Amino acid sequence: MQQSDQHWQRFSVKQKLSRFTVYLLFVMALVVSMRSVEIIPEFFFDAPEQMMDLLNRMWPIDIAFYPLTVHAAIIETLNIATLGTLVTLIFSIPLALINASNVVASPWAHWFARFFLVSSRSVNSLVWALLFVAIFGPGVLAGVLAIAFRSIGFVGKLLAEALEEIDMGTVEALRATGAPWGAVMLKGYWPQVKPAFFSIVLFRWDINVRESAVLGLVGAGGIGVVLNDSMNLFQWQQVATSLLAIFAVVIMAEIVVVKIRQKMI
Amino acid sequence: MAGLTPKQSTNHPNPFPQSKWRIASWILLVGYLVYSVNAMGLSWQRFTDGLGHAGTLLDRMFPPNFSRWELLLGGLVESLQIAVIASVVGILLSLFIALLAARNFMPIWISVPARAFIALCRSFHPVIIAILFVKSVGFGALAGILTLIIATIGFIAKLFAEAIEEISFKQVEAIQATGASFIKVILFSVIPQVFSRFIGFATYQFDSNLRNSTMIGIVGAGGLGGTLFSAFQRFDYDFVAAILITIIALILFWEFLSTLVRRVF
Repeated sequence: MQQSDQHWQRFSVKQKLSRFTVYLLFVMALVVSMRSVEIIPEFFFDAPEQMMDLLNRMWPIDIAFYPLTVHAAIIETLNIATLGTLVTLIFSIPLALINASNVVASPWAHWFARFFLVSSRSVNSLVWALLFVAIFGPGVLAGVLAIAFRSIGFVGKLLAEALEEIDMGTVEALRATGAPWGAVMLKGYWPQVKPAFFSIVLFRWDINVRESAVLGLVGAGGIGVVLNDSMNLFQWQQVATSLLAIFAVVIMAEIVVVKIRQKMI
Repeated sequence: MAGLTPKQSTNHPNPFPQSKWRIASWILLVGYLVYSVNAMGLSWQRFTDGLGHAGTLLDRMFPPNFSRWELLLGGLVESLQIAVIASVVGILLSLFIALLAARNFMPIWISVPARAFIALCRSFHPVIIAILFVKSVGFGALAGILTLIIATIGFIAKLFAEAIEEISFKQVEAIQATGASFIKVILFSVIPQVFSRFIGFATYQFDSNLRNSTMIGIVGAGGLGGTLFSAFQRFDYDFVAAILITIIALILFWEFLSTLVRRVF
């Protein structure tokens, strides 16, 4: 029996080389960053002590502060998140329809929609808030629009993907009967994307509750304004109250989303 | 042939009946809109006034002003450093924490606390964590790095743990049968099964860290966000436009790079 001199290798030379290049670039980036980043070592070693000091200042939590301002601000935060999620639908549903290749079959339309979706996603919600505060002045309106504009990309992209995955049989059957465009949309597309639509919207609402809690730091309303004020006054016990309230609302939002999703699916 | 003659019924039930729930939810939606717009004091007047300001703002943003490119580049480099270091440290830590949180490898008294820790890291927005770190380790890149490490653990460790829980145990048993130590079992049976997904999660998280590192500067945690915020406060809107364009370009460039990296693995 002749023995095979083929040596089994998991990766080809090209694969090995390209993997090695990625690792090398990666390590180089890390080394360069570590060497050049401006960190004051004393601050780093001091951190646990400073952290304990901060926690000491936060304790005991100022519960009496909650009914004064925190409660109203928390409700406002929830309203910003909810209204922002509703407003985003006005923009993201048409963009999703244009972006879905089985609804509008034009590459130009896709690029048009994708441009808006990508630019909405690349700008952070705090940056959107800064822009809208500059336009509409500090307040809730800027917050609602910041949340809405940041969510367009997210909802639009996922909804377009859901639309593209549907079974076209019903749609073709409806078209064959001569149904108008609106009827095809409502009875052909909508029933099939309904579960995906609600889960995307709920998922985004959950994220928006978290995000709207910090928009106030740049003046766009909600609990962030209260948080910022207490921090500027070094009222750490009040800060702790606000943080606890945010934590509670975030957990509550997550539970609500999980419960609704269980009911629907 | 009596059975074949169809019964001629004149009153078909409507194939698309109006459901009570649908009407109720529309009423609920309109009710909520009226309530929230009233509660937050939003008015059409303010919105239309703002649209006028938007024109002026856009007018002042264009053309973007790149004359202070040294400042811009400094912020950009710091953002990149923060993102690289935080991603590497965060992903390495996440590997360990995910292993601790994987229910198929660890007893319940280790996995439950590990999961609770991950959930705690996830529950606060990075900006709030950044505020706490800025107070404890001072202004600058260190606070940003620590913040993004926490954010990375909150997201990646959860996904890693889920990936580890989904692996096939046959390979694990095969390696165990050779008498390999625990570390070797992890290295040669678990890691190869989840590696490509790890790369996917890691590139996504780097993308997310890059976006966040351009934002946390708003609360003083280093990077391009600080430059952006001070440009906003000084009404240098043409410089703001330059920074925003840089951020979007950076993110698009990374999206291009990450598709290359994913193709290698």
